[in-house]
Amino acid sequence: MVEQVSVFLENKSGRLAELTRTLGDAGIDMHALMVADTSEFGIVRIICDAPEHAKALLDERGFSASITPVLAVEVPDRPAGLAELLEALDAAAMGVEYAYCFVQPTGTSAVDVLKVDNAQAEQVLVDAGFKPLGPADLYTPDI
Amino acid sequence: MYQPEMESMPRDRLDALQLERVQALLARVYEGNPAYRRKFDEAGFDPSSLKSLKDMRRVPFTVKDDLRASYPYGFFSVPLHDIVRVHSSSGTTGQVTVVGYTAGDIDRWSDLMARTFASAGATADDIVQVTYGYGLFTGGLGAHYGSERLGALTVPVSGGNTKRQVQILKDFGVTVLACTPSYALLIAETAREMGIDPRELPVRVGVFGAEPWSESMRHQIEQELNLTAIDIYGLSEVMGPGVASECECQCGLHVFEDHFLVEIVDVDTLEPLPDGETGEVVFTTLTKEGIPVVRYRTRDISRIIPEPCSCGRTMRRIERVTGRSDDMLIIRGVNVYPSQIEQVLVGIENVAPHYQVVLTKRGSMDHVEVHVEVADDFAFDEVRELERLQKRVKAEVESALAVSIAVKLVEPKSIARSEGKAKRVVDLRADEGR
Repeated sequence: MVEQVSVFLENKSGRLAELTRTLGDAGIDMHALMVADTSEFGIVRIICDAPEHAKALLDERGFSASITPVLAVEVPDRPAGLAELLEALDAAAMGVEYAYCFVQPTGTSAVDVLKVDNAQAEQVLVDAGFKPLGPADLYTPDI
Repeated sequence: MYQPEMESMPRDRLDALQLERVQALLARVYEGNPAYRRKFDEAGFDPSSLKSLKDMRRVPFTVKDDLRASYPYGFFSVPLHDIVRVHSSSGTTGQVTVVGYTAGDIDRWSDLMARTFASAGATADDIVQVTYGYGLFTGGLGAHYGSERLGALTVPVSGGNTKRQVQILKDFGVTVLACTPSYALLIAETAREMGIDPRELPVRVGVFGAEPWSESMRHQIEQELNLTAIDIYGLSEVMGPGVASECECQCGLHVFEDHFLVEIVDVDTLEPLPDGETGEVVFTTLTKEGIPVVRYRTRDISRIIPEPCSCGRTMRRIERVTGRSDDMLIIRGVNVYPSQIEQVLVGIENVAPHYQVVLTKRGSMDHVEVHVEVADDFAFDEVRELERLQKRVKAEVESALAVSIAVKLVEPKSIARSEGKAKRVVDLRADEGR
């Protein structure tokens, strides 16, 4: 499991810029950012260095931030890479709350981030031959 | 009790005292105040014809406009020479009104505020932080004089600078906090931001007033600050704080009936209602000299609790004021008091009891949008859960108000916090009609 910073945002112009500026000014590097939104509000999900520190900074600046443990899995960067992973979860009757992918600059693999409300999910993926990633594989953890 | 001989006076003696005082008052204002003489004459009311308290129904009302029309000093009943202080209303609902006090008025007011602090459980051994604003607002100086009269150590901080308020509460060992209820919550919030657990502050009693609040907000304040929260009531036109106060039973506010005659009247017919029924609160000041008022319509909605109180005070209680007849919103024909919304929000997790009602017109229909802040420690990261929360708030507020509304979840602390009174309603309906 890895730590994802989740932030509630109203759909107000400039708010996402403020958020990213807050992290930028603190020298926190982001590796992935994904926005889930409706017409009124959004939830920003971020994989970044020092997530606990990032959350504290955002709280201080009046954002509503929390830390969510999510699964990060390496999948081969080729057609059907993600499909195979999702099929393994589906076969175990595990629903995915949300997922997003990003590619790391090194290597040929993509990283899939998944939220699955089932503690066994990680084991299911290992059994299916996937490689779950730890914090150190994705970001510089909090000291 | 600070003045037990008055506060627990046998009821028949109190009634007799009220009649005697009201008769003297009517004669006094008829002689000393041209505005009242004209009012009584126009209504054909002869002040000497009042023979029992039941005759009060024949006495003309006084309304805020009477005071406004005679701005600034026209409604005083004594020469300015005898006035030692003025205060004025906050002017939130129009032009300010000015009220004047004689030295005797200040003396009696101090006693009544001392009664208020004592009925909240404070004694001369307490340290009282007065966070009501000092100045033209009656709250600060009213509480200050009362606290000193009681003999308590009084810390006159006035309003604003919440971090400093927290620091003083902590450093000075303050045991009694006097402020508005919404400010009490801001103090708790600010303490947490400063890394101070508000429950660890030495404050044991809160004396809260100057704005309507709900029972559920009381529970929240008591929990967050670990104190006993007492509701107090007053308005500048009648005197300021110290007109009525809860005792430690926390079950209604004793009106200091030796100084104020209270009536509840029907909002539409203005006829007096029997004890127990809900209507507009009307006060007659029995002892005030500077600016006595006769049957002053407060616009506050409450009822008299007829049952005797276990604290031993014989003075009747009014129920906490939860709304004002002029704050009352009429939305698609339904009477709505915004404070009902707060009551609902306190019971829902992941939202804060901070809200703002925005009223607009969609065609000819009123459109109501309630903005609600998500809680600081809000822990969702799924849109679905947010939508579920939004639906729950909508359903519960709608069931409390009996009006359909839209709910908008907004970020923590994005609704302006009041250092005084909260701005809960933004009514844009008239703007769009132009």
